[in-house]
Amino acid sequence: MRCTIRRLLIAAALLIAALPPLAAYAADLPALVRGLGVSNYDELDKAIAKLAETGDPAVAPVLEALQAGDLNLRKSDGAVVVAKRAGSGWDLFDPLTGAALGPAERSAVERIRINNALRRSLGAALGALTLMSPDPAVRRSAAEAVFKSRDPAGIEILDRAIAKETDAGIRTAMQRARAAAVLNTDAPEAEKLAAIEIIAARGDRDGLGLLNTVVNATAPDAVKAAAREAIGAIEHRLALWAAAQNLWYGLSLGSVLLLAAIGLAVTFGVMGVINMAHGEMVMIGAYSTFMVQEMFRAYAPGLFDLSILVALPVAFVVAGGIGIIIERGIIRWLYGRPLETLLATWGLSLMLQQAVRSLFGPSNREVGAPSWMSGAFELGGLTITYGRLWIVVFAFAVFAALLVALRRTSFGLQIRAVTQNRRMASAMGIRTPQVDALTFGLGSGIAGLAGVALSQIDNVSPNLGQGYIIDSFMVVVFGGVGNLWGTLVGALTLGTINKFLEPYAGAVLGKILVLIFIILFIQRRPRGLFALRGRAVEA
Amino acid sequence: MLTRFLLAGLDTKAWVLLSVLAVLAVAVPFMALAVPPTSPWSLSMLTVTLLGKYFCYALLALSLDLVWGYCGILSLGHGAFFALGGYAMGMYLMRQIGSRGVYGNAELPDFMVFLNWKELPWYWHGFDMFPFAALMVVLIPGVLAFAFGWFAFRSRVTGVYLSIITQAMTFALLLAFFRNDMGFGGNNGLTDFKEILGYDIQAPATRAGLFVATVVALAIGYILASAVVSSKYGKVLVAVRDAESRVRFLGYDVEKVKLFAWTLSACMAGVAGALYVPQVGIINPSEFSPAASIEAVIWVAVGGRGTLAGAVLGAVIVNYGKTWFTGVLPEVWLFALGGLFVLVTLFLPKGILGLAGDLRQRLAARRSRAAAGSNAAKEATAP
Repeated sequence: MRCTIRRLLIAAALLIAALPPLAAYAADLPALVRGLGVSNYDELDKAIAKLAETGDPAVAPVLEALQAGDLNLRKSDGAVVVAKRAGSGWDLFDPLTGAALGPAERSAVERIRINNALRRSLGAALGALTLMSPDPAVRRSAAEAVFKSRDPAGIEILDRAIAKETDAGIRTAMQRARAAAVLNTDAPEAEKLAAIEIIAARGDRDGLGLLNTVVNATAPDAVKAAAREAIGAIEHRLALWAAAQNLWYGLSLGSVLLLAAIGLAVTFGVMGVINMAHGEMVMIGAYSTFMVQEMFRAYAPGLFDLSILVALPVAFVVAGGIGIIIERGIIRWLYGRPLETLLATWGLSLMLQQAVRSLFGPSNREVGAPSWMSGAFELGGLTITYGRLWIVVFAFAVFAALLVALRRTSFGLQIRAVTQNRRMASAMGIRTPQVDALTFGLGSGIAGLAGVALSQIDNVSPNLGQGYIIDSFMVVVFGGVGNLWGTLVGALTLGTINKFLEPYAGAVLGKILVLIFIILFIQRRPRGLFALRGRAVEA
Repeated sequence: MLTRFLLAGLDTKAWVLLSVLAVLAVAVPFMALAVPPTSPWSLSMLTVTLLGKYFCYALLALSLDLVWGYCGILSLGHGAFFALGGYAMGMYLMRQIGSRGVYGNAELPDFMVFLNWKELPWYWHGFDMFPFAALMVVLIPGVLAFAFGWFAFRSRVTGVYLSIITQAMTFALLLAFFRNDMGFGGNNGLTDFKEILGYDIQAPATRAGLFVATVVALAIGYILASAVVSSKYGKVLVAVRDAESRVRFLGYDVEKVKLFAWTLSACMAGVAGALYVPQVGIINPSEFSPAASIEAVIWVAVGGRGTLAGAVLGAVIVNYGKTWFTGVLPEVWLFALGGLFVLVTLFLPKGILGLAGDLRQRLAARRSRAAAGSNAAKEATAP
């Protein structure tokens, strides 16, 4: 295949070399334009071809005018002019420079007529001109246009354009366009086979459509077989990209679940406290973001891009502080009574929701995205938005930070000591009530951080938290209580399963299936994926 | 013998409650229908319906108390059984509309015509007959509870984990019933009912009849539940609640003990839902929402778990409070409800009835101490 391309390139290069240098033509442009002033269609066709051969972008407006029927012959001197209607007469312009040539009588000019054959060659010539345009974007879209139209007239021009092209990406696009055009001709079999290979390398839906037309059209068997094979290859490739896309969506959803659940993994998993108000901590984080952004809008609109970064510590402190108050005020009286804790925190969540509704109103609040979080980029067949990418990065960063905090700091050591053996820890001089309060504050603060991230992708309303509470509990229970790694694996697994089910079952049914899966899973492993072993289990 | 078994479980508390219910069953229809509207003793139809609704909730609370108060299973998904019973009744009522719907299709309910369905889904067949529908009201929640409990109890899913998966169950059902393809009216649910057993559903006499039916159902449910908990089986049930492992080691089949109470409770909840729907006039997926189920838990907690009568009392009190607050101070209702959750769990772990019991005990203790004290004084002064 590479050999074929090289041969093509050499042929194209020779063709270019055989042509006189373009600069020589440029000088002759006015003369060539004058050559359009003929009434014989054949001669006009030749004149158009000559103009097109110059490859000069200045020719494009002339040909466009001819296509639109604006090009006229001035009877007085045989000059070719553009005529625009002005009152009862015409305003004349120079077709090349666009300079005004003054008014003229109605009868002073005669329109240069074209027929359908000429229209076709005009289109090809214009396509060729854009293919030679100095602007890379124009060249690329011209190549795409030829790929779509599959006009055989474009082959020759493409050959020249390919030889001249310096941008590798655009050259590939041109080669593909050429291949598409070749498949539309009755070119020899070998050439068609080469073309199919080039199209197959393109490997997207457009290529698939093209090859399907080849299979359905009359063509030699070898060509058809090659096209079928190429179709198979493309479909395989597309399926792979679709799977990759699903994987990305799954990762994205999984990281959202991870963010929502990771604070719960601390309060529920480490402390054994069922905090039904966890979702409201997330909501408070989101509203903190809103407040911070309002401040930035009011006092420093220029620094708006930094508002999210400022919101992170604010949300952590606000949600964490409220968490500590809750722990000191309510939860510490209910240790060892998990079901009562569940009810009390549920009541608390109702009160927090109503408080936010009274303060901020029931409607959604607008939280803006900083510029570095908006937009998207392409990665192969994937479209990845920056917002989602940052959330994935952020979720993993929070997870890592929490892991380090629990494993490597003295505070983490105290938390683990109290979790494993409260009385022994107390005997060793650890102030267990203080550790309890701070641990609960840590879990709530992380929920607040999640709120900052979720404010970017969800509606900031008093009901924000409710949507996440059940999902987060599912993640923690699925992953195994008391195990942060279990939470990570649980979140990513559930996110991915959900996204892979969605194309087949739809979003809602997919979610129902995931819930049923979890219910059944808990029957098999009542303590989750990564169950703690030993005495702590029964406590 | 059966009568003796049923009546054996009734204590003073129960007789008081049953007498109140009996009085209401006679007085409320009389006051609503026979007393002229100008009289201060007259009740509006609205009040009758509202009372009927409260008693439906009371039956739901009763069923929840049976599993939570006596078996230690905190169900956060009892609303699902309530709603399933309600949907079964709703399907019967939909079929009764017949050709009086907006589209006038004798066979298909309006929403199916709207969705361009050509024929009735298989699971809608039979619901035009009341006995079948009545059977389904009990059977569907019962079968679901049996299957769910069979798996969960056998795998020894207990405590918080069980609560969370009951919540997952009702959440999954909520999502499922929101789907139009399920054939239960999607978001809008089932509504616009015309008649029940041939009686106009809007007519005052029908409404009064439904109220009486609800009170009777509540009374039967109460008698049944108290018979169950005061029987030998009931003792085992309480033992399972307090020390599950020990009961298992003593040779009892703990799974079966729990499964019976759990399934019975789901059936009762289904009946409550079925009585609720004709009175309220609509059933939609929001009844499946986890929040609704948790609200039912607080009724039991407020009244006092493990007392049966407390569940009935709690349901009526909290729902009356809800009606009053949402009418007068709608913003405050969630604060009040939330505060109730917190206060009851912190300060009233045994609920109102438990508090009353505590007070009585303390009073009795003081009296006996006082008596003992005066006796001692007498003895001391005696020569």
